Amino acid sequence: MSVRRVMGTEVEYGISVQGQPLANPMVASSQVVNAYASATVKARRARWDFEEESPLRDARGFDMSRQVADPSQLTDEDLGLANVILTNGARLYVDHAHPEYATPEVTSPLDIVLWDKAGEQVMLDAQRRAGLLPGGAPIAMYKNNTDNKGASYGAHENYLMRRSTPFADIVRHLTPFFVSRQVVCGAGRVGIGQDGRGHGFQVSQRADFFEVEVGLETTLKRPIINTRDEPHADPEKYRRLHVIIGDANLSEISTYLKVGTTSLVLAMIEDKFIATDFSVDGPVSALRAVSHDPSLKQTFTLGDGRTLTAVQLQLEYLDLAKKYVEDRLGSDADAQTVDVLARWESVLDRLEEDPMLCAAELDWVAKLKLLEQYRDRDGLAWDDAKLALIDLQYSDIRPEKGLYNKLVASGRIDRLLGDAAVERAMHDPPTDTRAYFRGRCLEKYAEHVAAASWDSVIFDLPGRESLQRVPTIDPLRGSKAHVGELLDRCDTAEQLFTALTR
Amino acid sequence: MAQEQKQPRKSSETEEATQVAPETDVAERREALEGDIDAILDEIDEVLESNAEDFVKSFIQKGGQ
Repeated sequence: MSVRRVMGTEVEYGISVQGQPLANPMVASSQVVNAYASATVKARRARWDFEEESPLRDARGFDMSRQVADPSQLTDEDLGLANVILTNGARLYVDHAHPEYATPEVTSPLDIVLWDKAGEQVMLDAQRRAGLLPGGAPIAMYKNNTDNKGASYGAHENYLMRRSTPFADIVRHLTPFFVSRQVVCGAGRVGIGQDGRGHGFQVSQRADFFEVEVGLETTLKRPIINTRDEPHADPEKYRRLHVIIGDANLSEISTYLKVGTTSLVLAMIEDKFIATDFSVDGPVSALRAVSHDPSLKQTFTLGDGRTLTAVQLQLEYLDLAKKYVEDRLGSDADAQTVDVLARWESVLDRLEEDPMLCAAELDWVAKLKLLEQYRDRDGLAWDDAKLALIDLQYSDIRPEKGLYNKLVASGRIDRLLGDAAVERAMHDPPTDTRAYFRGRCLEKYAEHVAAASWDSVIFDLPGRESLQRVPTIDPLRGSKAHVGELLDRCDTAEQLFTALTR
Repeated sequence: MAQEQKQPRKSSETEEATQVAPETDVAERREALEGDIDAILDEIDEVLESNAEDFVKSFIQKGGQ
């Protein structure tokens, strides 16, 4: 009924070894993850527990055969690549050829921003440590989604949803939302087409890499709606909607609105509140056309014959969401839901008037404004390499090099959080999900935690032959309210395990 | 629709009043803004990687999810 639900994000970072363009990215990624793990993870290093993973489970009700799956889809095979669990409940690992950070499970959009930003700081710390290794070359990392040469890597969102919601409803009502939401949460890109060969600026990093409407793949034939069905929770009660269409955002407000508005739309779908069919004719080409027009005048046609711009369609979703919150919660609506609605409306109104009015809030507008200033001053055409460099360097996570960071430091981009809170979130877990239990166990009993995952913590206890698995199948249990006092009281893992299984 | 557009139109009197005074304000603000733009571009010039073409060319990634 609100913006609140169990959710999380996963970001794959671009990585390059300075001065060595041909360096093996898997090695560099492993160095980064291992450097952070060695420096921060106490005693033994807990492994990731793959038992509950099923990446080929399809939400439409069947399993893809392992033989026909692309090797990149077999994410449950432990390839010996670096993979650690942090005391904040997050997972830091190497996925394909990129270092990746998955936030702990949280319950609000602002907490997504907090632990997503903490992930940037973890990566920054990791990259600095890797650069200090003997023989280690300086490594640079980028929170973006393409190298402009045909490769793309993801920034995924995960939303826990009621299993009882028909998947067809999700596809019907979410596809038009995803075609249009990029005007709010796009990260901006210089270059058109997957290999960036076309000259110009577009709203989204990812739009050109989406080729189908619905599907299981994430690395090829990318679908607007991904059907991966791996709830990491009771499958009778929940599904986890895996969203692969978003851009990696640097701006806190972009991330906040991306997750907050999507969560609200999902609530409306679960409650069958959306009676209008917003189906877009040719959603894949509409997605790209919207991205390719930063003036936001591009229109597309809906199934009912109406012709709308992306901002106009977003305004329709906003209108419904306001009615929905008023209808279900009225004056009892929580502060974050009210704030998301107000910011969403304010941003859409200004995007309709003049997108540049959102330069202090939205990534793509901040980036475009900077690019236009350079074009004005230096008379640069869109094919100038300097503009491509500005696009790339906007996402450099180093404060001394990253242009997003420079714009923040000079007060040109607004923030929602302070540095101190982000720093704490690098180490402390959220208190209101099972990430609390996982994180505290890693922090307090590290030497006796053999492995962990979203839905388990596995202990290796002195004097016991076999490993002891504590399932954490309910994302909302294992919170501070449930186990905080217990964790405070138990000095050893044995005491904790005994108390839990008594 | 933008909030401003929903406001009732100002009377011609106040409109005149607001038109006279800010003339210099606007000029000053534009000057300040342009100075401001120069300042941020200068700052960014300092940190931009030096050979844009080579740097961008050498940023090669493997695909991910």
